[in-house]
Formats: sequence, C-alpha cells, structure tokens
Amino acid sequence: MGLIRKMNMDQEQTEPFLSSGEPSGPIETRWDNHRFATKLVNPANKRKYEIIVIGTGLAGASAAATFGELGYRVKAFTFHDSARRAHSIAAQGGINAAKNYPNDGDSIYRLFYDTVKGGDYRSRESNVYRLAQVSNEIVDQATAQGVPFAREYGGLLDNRSFGGAQVSRTFYARGQTGQQLLLGAYQSLSRQVSAGTVELHTRSEMLEIVVKDDRAVGVVMRDLTTGEVSSHSAHAVVLATGGYSNVFYLSTNAMASNTTAIWRAHRKGAYFANPCYTQIHPTCIPASDEHQSKLTLMSESLRNDGRIWVPLDPEDARPPNDIPQAERDYYLERQYPAFGNLVPRDVASRAAMRMIDENRGVGPLKNGVYLDFKSAIDRLGKNRIEERYGNLFEMYERITDENPYEVPMRIYPAPHYTMGGLWVDYNLMTSVPGLYSIGEANFSDHGANRLGASALMQGLADGYFVLPYTIGQYLSDYLNTDPVATDDDAFVEVETEVKERNARFLAIGGTRSVDHFHRELGKVMIEYCGLVRSREGLEKAISEIRTIKQEFWTDLRILGDSDSLNQSLERAGRVADFIELAELMCRDAIDREESCGGHFRVEHQTNDGEARRDDENFSFVSAWEWTGEDTPQVRRTEPLEFEYVALSQRSYK
Amino acid sequence: MDLSLKVWRQAGPDAVGGFKSYEAKGISPEASFLEMLDDVNEHLNEAGEDPIAFDHDCREGICGMCGVMINGDPHGPQSGTATCQLHMRKFNDGDSITIEPWRASSMPVIRDLIVDRSAFDRIIEAGGYISINTGAAPDANIIAVPKEAAEAAMDAASCIGCAACVAACPNSAANLFTAAKIQHLNLLPQGQPERFTRTVAMVETMEEYFGSCTNHGECESACPKNISIDFIAWMNRDYVKAQFKTFQKTGQ
Ligand SMILES: Cc1cc2nc3c(=O)[nH]c(=O)nc-3n(C[C@H](O)[C@H](O)[C@H](O)COP(=O)(O)OP(=O)(O)OC[C@H]3O[C@@H](n4cnc5c(N)ncnc54)[C@H](O)[C@@H]3O)c2cc1C
Ligand code: FES
Repeated sequence: MGLIRKMNMDQEQTEPFLSSGEPSGPIETRWDNHRFATKLVNPANKRKYEIIVIGTGLAGASAAATFGELGYRVKAFTFHDSARRAHSIAAQGGINAAKNYPNDGDSIYRLFYDTVKGGDYRSRESNVYRLAQVSNEIVDQATAQGVPFAREYGGLLDNRSFGGAQVSRTFYARGQTGQQLLLGAYQSLSRQVSAGTVELHTRSEMLEIVVKDDRAVGVVMRDLTTGEVSSHSAHAVVLATGGYSNVFYLSTNAMASNTTAIWRAHRKGAYFANPCYTQIHPTCIPASDEHQSKLTLMSESLRNDGRIWVPLDPEDARPPNDIPQAERDYYLERQYPAFGNLVPRDVASRAAMRMIDENRGVGPLKNGVYLDFKSAIDRLGKNRIEERYGNLFEMYERITDENPYEVPMRIYPAPHYTMGGLWVDYNLMTSVPGLYSIGEANFSDHGANRLGASALMQGLADGYFVLPYTIGQYLSDYLNTDPVATDDDAFVEVETEVKERNARFLAIGGTRSVDHFHRELGKVMIEYCGLVRSREGLEKAISEIRTIKQEFWTDLRILGDSDSLNQSLERAGRVADFIELAELMCRDAIDREESCGGHFRVEHQTNDGEARRDDENFSFVSAWEWTGEDTPQVRRTEPLEFEYVALSQRSYK
Repeated sequence: MDLSLKVWRQAGPDAVGGFKSYEAKGISPEASFLEMLDDVNEHLNEAGEDPIAFDHDCREGICGMCGVMINGDPHGPQSGTATCQLHMRKFNDGDSITIEPWRASSMPVIRDLIVDRSAFDRIIEAGGYISINTGAAPDANIIAVPKEAAEAAMDAASCIGCAACVAACPNSAANLFTAAKIQHLNLLPQGQPERFTRTVAMVETMEEYFGSCTNHGECESACPKNISIDFIAWMNRDYVKAQFKTFQKTGQ
C-alpha cells in the first residue's frame, strides 16, 4: 500500500498518513533487501562522522560499542556514574531467541507470530520479523562476549519458557540476565573507550536536543557534578534513554528512569507514539505502606513453576497453608485452561485486579494474590527450585521477611514497561531527520503489549544489529560536511533555555518537595490511566494533572544552586516533564476508543470482561506532534497492515 | 521507630566535611534504609536545609549504585545485603546510626555520601572484556562450556561494582573487584585467548589506583553479593603464570 512512500518533511502536512519506510515483498526477504538497498558508508569514511549516543543501557551501550568498532567517532553520555549501571541491569528473567535449541517447534516465524499476536496486533509486521531474525545473532554475540548464560550438564545452553510462549526460547543467566547482558555490552563499550573511538561522559544529563534546518545537530548536556551546561554537536544523535514507567511514581523501574530526553525531543519535533500503551506487570511485591519508594518485580519466570490462587471465600483469614485445596481458586488455571498461569502479562494483571476488586486479595492490606511453589517443590525438589529461583526467593524474603519455600509469595501488578515512545521509521529514525531512538525509548516492535524476555532482545537488536546498518542511509548524504559548530546560534539559544529553566525551578521558592508532586502525579495516573481506563476517569485525570502542574510551578521548593551536584534540581526537571507527558498519555487513552493489550477501556470489553479491539477503526499507530506550549498536540497516524499474521481476537482460553 | 543519625555532610570535592546530627522520627520498620533517608530529606527540605545527597537507583541490590558506611560497616549490619535492601526492622527503636561515605583516596567524595568510583571503569577499560566485534560471533552452541565453569563464572560475574570491598579494606585495595572481573572471563573458554594479557593489564591498572592486598579478608564479608576471596587466589595464580615466557609467547 502507500506505506513505501519516502518521508518528506515538507510534504508532510498534506500527506494523510505517516510512512514507516518499511520495505515490501515477502517478509523473509525484507530486511536483507533493505540492507542491500541502504547506502553504505565506506570504512575509510566512517571516521569522518561523529555520532552522539545518549544513554548506555542495553540499547545505547550496544549501539555505541558497535559504532566504535565500525570506525565512527562516538560520544556517549549517561547520567549514571558508570556505563555499567542502567535500568537494564535489573532485568531478571531472560532474553528470547528463535534458536530452537530445545527442538520444540520454534522458528523465526513463530517468534515473529507470537510477538505480533502478543502485541495485540498493534505493531509493524516488518519490524517484528526483523527482530525475530536478528534474535539469534544476539545470543551468539552475547555468548562470545562471555555472558555466562545458564547451561545444561552437557555444556550447551539451557532454555526456559516464559509468559505467553508455548516453546522454550528464553536464555537466562540465573535471575540476572539483564545485568549480564549489560555487562557484556559495557565491556565491549569499554574496549572502544580504550581504543579511543568512543568518548564516554558519565554523570552527564541530556536536557535538550538541538535542531537546525529541520535536522538534529546536537545536544545540550548538564554535568551533574559541576552543574556545567555544555553543547555537543554531531552528524546524528541517538536517544537510548529507556522507558517512562516512573510517570506512575511507584513502578518497578529504577528510581532515575525518566522521560526527559524523549520528552524534550518531542517538544523539538519528534512525534510521540502510542503514549498510552503501558504495561503493568503481574508479579511484583505488593506495597507495604505509603512510604514505599519503588516496587520490586519478581521475575515472570516464577509463573513457570508457581501457581496463582486466592481463597474461594473472601472472608477466609486462615494462613495460606491451612487452606485446603478445595477451598482455593486457581483462577488463571480455571479461566484460561490452555495457558493457565502462563497467560500474557496484561491478562494476568487484570485477572489479579479483578480478584482484589472482589475483595479476595490476600496479605495484611488485602492487596495481593498468592504465588505458590508447594506443588513444584513436591514435584521437583527444593534443590531444583533453588537452582532456578534461589536469588529471587532470597530477594523476596529480604523485603517481606517471609520464606517463599514455606509460605506462598504474595504478588500484585505494578507498572513496569512502556511500549509507547518516540515514533521511529523502519530505520529507527524519528520524525526529526538525524535523530534516532532505540530500545525502550522508541515505540517499535511491541505493539500494545510486550511479551516477556523481548525488551532485552529489542534493545540489543536495535543497538547491535539494526541501527549500525540503517544509520548509513542518512549519514551518507553528509559526507565531508562538518557538524554544526557549538557556538552557532542554534546551540547558544538552547543552552540559554536550559539555564533559564534551571534558574526557574530554583526561583519558585514554594513549600513542597519535588517528590511530593511526583507522588501526587503517580496516584492520579495509576488510578485513571493504569490497568483499567474510562473516558470519564481520564477526563478527570487531565483536570487533576493540570492542577498538579499549576501547583508544581508555584509551590515547588528546590534548595541549593545549579552550579554543583543538586539531586532535587535534577528531579525537578524530570518531574516537570512527566507532568506534561501524563496529560498526553491520558489524551491518547481517551482518543483510542478500543481496548488492546495494555490499554483497557471499560467501555470496550466483551461480555466475559476481555479486551475488545476495534480493528476497523484503530488499526494504526498514533503519533502525536508537538504544536507549541499552548496548543494541544495533533495526532498523526501510521496505518498498520497485517499480511502474515491474520487478525484475530487473542484467546488464551 | 525513632532514630538519631550522625551523617557526613560535605558540600563538594574540595570542601571540608563533617558530621551533622539529625533525628529521624516515626520511621516504619517496613521502610528500607534509603526510604528512611528519603524521609529525613523530606523534613530537611521543609526546614530549608539542603537534603543529604546519596547515590541509588535500582533499590533492589543489583545496580551497585548505592552504598554507605553504616556504623562503620559497608552496607550496614546485614550480610550479603546492599544498603538499598537493608530494612529498618534490622534496627531498634532509639538506635544511633552513623552514616558515612566510602573512604578511600582513590574514590574521593563528590558530595555528602556520594563518591567517585570511576577508577573501577579504568580497570575494565584496561582489559576487562573479550575482544570480539559485533557480528563476528559463531553459533552460541559451538563451544560447550562445563556447567561448573559457567556457574563459577556467574558467581564472579555477580559483582555489582559497588566498591564496598574497597571501603572495607584497611589498605583500600580493589583486589576482590578486580579478581571477580578477571575470573568471570578467565574461567570461560571464550576468555582463554586473552587470559594472560587481560590479567596483567587489569592487575597493573588496579595497582595504579588502589592499595595492596594483605589478605585481611574484610572485603569478602562486606560484599553484598558474597563474592568469594578464592577469586583473588585464582587471579594471583594467573598473574604469576603470566610472568612465564611460555605463557607470554603462546598466550596459553
Ligand atoms: C525489574 C525489571 C525486570 C525486567 N526484566 C526483563 C526481562 O527479564 N527480559 C526483558 O526482555 N526485559 C525485561 N525488562 C525490561 C528491560 O529491562 C528494559 O526494557 C530494557 O532494559 C531497557 O533498556 P534501554 O537500553 O532501552 O534503557 P535503560 O536501560 O533504561 O537505559 C537508559 C540509559 O539512558 C540514560 N539516560 C536516560 N535519560 C538520559 C538523559 N536525559 N541524559 C543522559 N542519559 C540518560 C541512562 O543513564 C541509561 O544509561 C525488565 C524491566 C524491569 C523494570
Ligand atoms: S540502589 Fe541499586 S544496588 Fe542499591
């Protein structure tokens, strides 16, 4: 169809649809053909290009390292104190690949199919197929780097099955897969730092991108230790800055994860796609009181061996082990016999929420459901369970003071991942030429719901195997041109903006801490834009968000100055951006009059309470365009076509 | 519960630091140690005093960003536990708690409880990797790795790079960190080609920044991931072997 049209910024206003620039033809050949058709930068010319990479999580570190190996000159930035730290490090469960080592019927096509279906038919088929294709190379790459994946006794790699998949295709390193993959990427990056191809700046936060003549030419950074604001220019800028689940305040994301980089880019012209697609993960430890600062995920892999249940009788106050089998409701096994405890995350989360709404929750605050390992321990022995989940059990015990080998765990859904993000074309370029986005920061590949063990896969696919090829298409047009000088007006202006904004936060001189506003925002978002949404609730949320915004800008108190390390000032900028993003999320959620994946509108459900999609009217990506401070964003759409995976209502029954 | 805190305050790398006393009142025993500090900061902000700066991120013991001396112990009293995973139920109502940054000349204070650990990155840059470019890897199952070796490598690779080992060491040595990083790779077949060059480069870089190990073993008991000092012995053995001409000439 019309999707192959090339992006043209001038024409855009008159073109009805956004074009992904994806190739056509048989899906198996698209990526190969595209790579062949993409302009190459010859090896000797690569060192003439400078690339800025913001973020050194899985996506950013893998991209920066690979660019360095190819010979590009790279500047990489992270606000962490080392590239070995990023939110990615916390990923527990594993990474998917279509290796079919267990010989259980997996294939690239099946991984592709599962991911499109799991995403509830709201992702681009071409992207997902490419992801499945390169998944195998990622596992090869990581193994060669020395990532200590779990192994069988024969010395070959072990696999396990993970939420939503009926094959075992997940590679893992104990419960620390993200850590080990990130260390692999960090080590490769460190090798390039020592080779001099990558210049790495730590404790350095991007506060703006700089756009000149409609293309991205650089960034403005703040050194978090000295407060110094500086400009950096390059031929292309890559944002690998992670997801925005912390808009909910309480989430499983690391405390520092935030939206600032992509939000500032959005305000400078990058479209924000599907902001309302957020994932609420079913297996987190329930909050213990209102001082809680974050929620801890218990890996989804636990659902492989744990059975989820609540007491049949809401009044049943007996300790779990005293409740006889016949008086327990294994509600997932009952409602979804085919998938049982392994239904996808959105389905499992909503089912848990229904139990709690029916007052059948367990624990002191009645805000959890049981995840019980008794039958697995009886079947496999405690040793086997310890081998598989030892560190998770330990973590659980440390937090709750309860021993999950003896008492069932208590779990509850918590915000975890954001499928929405910057809109990117097939080359991973945003709507601003020269500005790219990879990893969780972009919207690609997962549609309306992400399957387990596929975020690590996507981040590393983007960084190691996709962007290093596709970036050549844009760069080749700028051979032998210098990056825009950082004393250019375009940079000076933005630097001034950044300094003025920081000065504004400090000048408010109100009474409330930045965390206060963040918590208030989180409460509104989880209530109205969380697991279950309604038009009425979302409208209410928007009005409450506006009040929070107004109070934030008049009653915020940030002490100290901007010329030294000031953590409250850092957070002020991030929370200010979350507040703006929150409103857009609610508007997007109102606009999407259907239920799909993580987006569940009460107005759109089947008689038995399952999500009802509207493929006729909503089979598209919503990409929101910033139109200025005082006017609401305008929605652009990218139509989605399903040539290979026939549209059907997801059923896990 | 109510607590009396003595906290190290230091405005910047070159500023003179000192202890200040604060009362933490009405803290829930369910709160984590860092949530207790959040609460203190909330009150400081109200009272117009700069909040205490401390590093943290994941708050689940995996990123290695957090870490302070609590009553003289790196990460506090609970073994195998990072500061962020320590819960207030491990303390008693009325306790006095002294909180300081890591102390080591190679890790200068940036502000309050935050220190500069970038010397660790220099050690990795010296050789803490396997030299393989993206795209050049063979099929992952071409090399079989004994399960025991993979497990031992994983034990070493569990290091979170928090630097509690350095803070615990009377000599401010970084041997446990360096050994864990070296042995993670040296224990795997993939790591063999660079085994001896890696060991020499990383050990020598470590020595540029950090003190010498005299086998106190404090590092092991401070490590939130219980990394064993056996790795130091392995590292030393590889370092000694690397001095022999046969290893230098053949790489194996
Ligand atoms: C608890 C948990 C468990 C998970 N488990 C799994 C799993 O088992 N399998 C799976 O596939 N996925 C899992 N995920 C999801 C997955 O971990 C993330 O989606 C993925 O790691 C994101 O990687 P990233 O590189 O895109 O971003 P991140 O890892 O978030 O990295 C972002 C980087 O950007 C930097 N940054 C951000 N903003 C700025 C700025 N303004 N200036 C400078 N630097 C900036 C940060 O310093 C950091 O380096 C899990 C997530 C959570 C929360
Ligand atoms: S905050 Fe990550 S280890 Fe403590």
